[in-house]
Amino acid sequence: MTVRSGIVTGALLGAAWLVTLSVTVAVVLSFATGGAFRPSVLLSALWGAAAGAGLVVRPGRGAPVAAGVAILAVCLMPLGPMQAGPEVGWPAALTGVAILAAAFVLALRPTLAGLVPGENDRHAFEAAVIRFLTGFGYIFFTAIVAIPFWVMLVTSTKNRAELVTNPLDLSIDLSKGTGLFRSYVELFADFNFGTYLLNSAFISVVTVLVTLAFAIPGAYAVARLRFAGRAAFSRSILLIYMVPMIVLALPIYIAFSVTGLRNSMIGILLIYPVTTIPVALYMLQGYFRGLPAEVEEAGLMDGLNRLQVIWKITLPLSLPALASVSLYVFMIAWNEFLLAFMLLDDPSKFTLTRGIASLNSSEIPRQHLMAGSVIATVPIMALFLGLEKFMTKGLAAGSVKG
Amino acid sequence: MSERLPSAAPGPDPMPISGTPADAPVAVPPTGRGALARGEARLAWGLLAPTLAIVSAVVILPLLAIFWISVKPVQLSDLRPPEFVLREDLRRIEAPGDEGAWRFRLRNSSPDRALRDVSFSDVVPPGLTLGPLPAPCAVNGGTLTCRFGEVPGGWRETLEIPATATDAFDPARDPDETPAVTEAQATSVLTDTTFTLENFARILDGEEFLSVLWATVFYTVFGTVGAIVMGLFAALLLDRSFKGQGLLRGLYLFPYVAPVIAVAFAWIILFDPFSGSANALLVQMGVTSEAINFFGARPLALIMVTVFEIWRYFPLSFLFILARMQSIDADMYEAADMDGASPFQQFAWLSLPQLLGILSVLFLLRFIWTFNKFDDIFLLTGGNAGTRTLTVNVYEQAFAVSNIGAGAAVAVVIFACLLLFSAFFFRFISREEGL
Repeated sequence: MTVRSGIVTGALLGAAWLVTLSVTVAVVLSFATGGAFRPSVLLSALWGAAAGAGLVVRPGRGAPVAAGVAILAVCLMPLGPMQAGPEVGWPAALTGVAILAAAFVLALRPTLAGLVPGENDRHAFEAAVIRFLTGFGYIFFTAIVAIPFWVMLVTSTKNRAELVTNPLDLSIDLSKGTGLFRSYVELFADFNFGTYLLNSAFISVVTVLVTLAFAIPGAYAVARLRFAGRAAFSRSILLIYMVPMIVLALPIYIAFSVTGLRNSMIGILLIYPVTTIPVALYMLQGYFRGLPAEVEEAGLMDGLNRLQVIWKITLPLSLPALASVSLYVFMIAWNEFLLAFMLLDDPSKFTLTRGIASLNSSEIPRQHLMAGSVIATVPIMALFLGLEKFMTKGLAAGSVKG
Repeated sequence: MSERLPSAAPGPDPMPISGTPADAPVAVPPTGRGALARGEARLAWGLLAPTLAIVSAVVILPLLAIFWISVKPVQLSDLRPPEFVLREDLRRIEAPGDEGAWRFRLRNSSPDRALRDVSFSDVVPPGLTLGPLPAPCAVNGGTLTCRFGEVPGGWRETLEIPATATDAFDPARDPDETPAVTEAQATSVLTDTTFTLENFARILDGEEFLSVLWATVFYTVFGTVGAIVMGLFAALLLDRSFKGQGLLRGLYLFPYVAPVIAVAFAWIILFDPFSGSANALLVQMGVTSEAINFFGARPLALIMVTVFEIWRYFPLSFLFILARMQSIDADMYEAADMDGASPFQQFAWLSLPQLLGILSVLFLLRFIWTFNKFDDIFLLTGGNAGTRTLTVNVYEQAFAVSNIGAGAAVAVVIFACLLLFSAFFFRFISREEGL
């Protein structure tokens, strides 16, 4: 018997599925109820293997149901793949086990479809493995992405006592009503977060406008006009990407300290666009290059000069690219932390990221810190989801930068 | 990703080339650059000039400054220039006829930096007759002027000029009403000619430098490779159309789009040793009996910041790889299917070779940017517990140890590494046409 033999494959995939699912369901239930659900890897593998092998041997209609019922039954005994702690009430425990059994059957059956009990060919075997890996991948990536953001959101709605009593409990207690938003109200009322929000929005918008004002003519020149040093220039744009911000931040800090530009919006607005102009220029010149030159030539023939061509022909044609670039630049400026942290000390001029950094002290409760994080994250997420098409294009077009 | 680096190779160019005047008697091929070409180049430089100016002001100048500062003994406190501080008052003079002194208390605000050409002048208050003047002072036309020349750091002096009040003296008048005019040239360590190599000696010092280097290499290599492998996996997952594909793609991009400070703090709270959910979960599941200090214990902290880096940047790799995957011709896979290639064989012999270009470009770019990364580690651990990379060391030296010169020296080391990388990068990328 080799790995490709249906019974072995079924057993391995069944074991893998039940381990994955019992851990997933246990984690989800623990976080949702605050109770202790404990997966057992060894027992999960054992029962999963049995169920998987069984399903391959008897692929009939009733078999999955039987497997599900069997899992349900063993879960209620102490030898189950997932055990509920003693403090979890039996309705919750039973629901949990039922969810696990149902998920297991729903996942395993399509995974093993097409496998025969005897030796399988590579296609059938690998297809089954890939089906498992795909399912596992969706669970894995969704979990690792969602959990930190969920923690951020839930922590911001709690109070100190709740946070200390049961760190496992990551449910939102809807019965608190508007009490859920206490941290947010306090941040806006006592910690000036309204000002920070406005500052961040103002700085980001101005950064976008200034960046575009510089990058559009530059990108057009690089994309369309011929001049000595064009290739070298294009390369040096890329090179500037590669200078780390902290290396520049040190002399900028010194220069701003000496000239008194530290702690001023002007200072920040001088620096931010420069960090984004190379990115924007690079993205835009790529787009301009892809536009048909004939349209512009027609414009030139009809008596427009170059600047009029840019204004009347090139720019209207590149509105989608401008949207992508603007969004991307907005995101960089909104999320920028290092320069704001080093250059701003005066609370009335804080940006959101700098404001959150100021919440990171032992005297300020953690739910405030997380509420601040949510306030900074939500606008950029909303923008991102609303304009996902442009954003994804923007991310992909010019920038591996982060 | 379809954009290529502009190459020097001549391509079809849309611009008409003109060099011959219309009424040239004989058709001679144009030599040199014609008026139109020159005009075009002029326009190009005109369009680029603002960008060039601002970028060189904020990028090139600071880079030069870094080299300069790295060989100077600059401390954080040196950024505030030393000042000549003067306070004046009248002692024992309250009414006409009193004999007392016009007192000046002078000092250099810096404890160690000297001041040059120190002097002050003040109008003698009306109704005051001055006695014998101390050495550095002179009165000229009702104005007292004292010159001290160069004074050392920490210099303090009190000048008492004997004075008698006459009948014209107005006791209600404050001598500060006509404030003394002070003059002093600060010698800033930033602009003088003292140079030192001590900064480099200090940061390259044996053990500490090795541990910084090790953290940097570990973080950069594993962070880069991890993010690309995870990105490849995620791209394989999403390289099929199903309902909700757009939604999942949006979700998987969240870590990259969210502000770093927000997600870093979320991780810190999630993995908190005392009240973090992750620890509670592990304890409850029986994986560990006591809380794990994820961001505070030595080997684990470095691993955790690397995991964070992978988590935050796999979306970018996945976006790029997905874009490339979707441009691979589907016919090839059908042909391979006909020839009996299994899914894994198709991946290994068809997809991977097709993706090799983008993977290597991604690797080089991400390698450099991970090497440059500062915010993430700074927020997660502050560079403690063996997570101090070169970039964090810049901050550490300059602001925590307050030795700006040493910080600049680390920055120079970083810059040297980057030059090395980018030389390699451009040599490689000119062959590899991925970007």
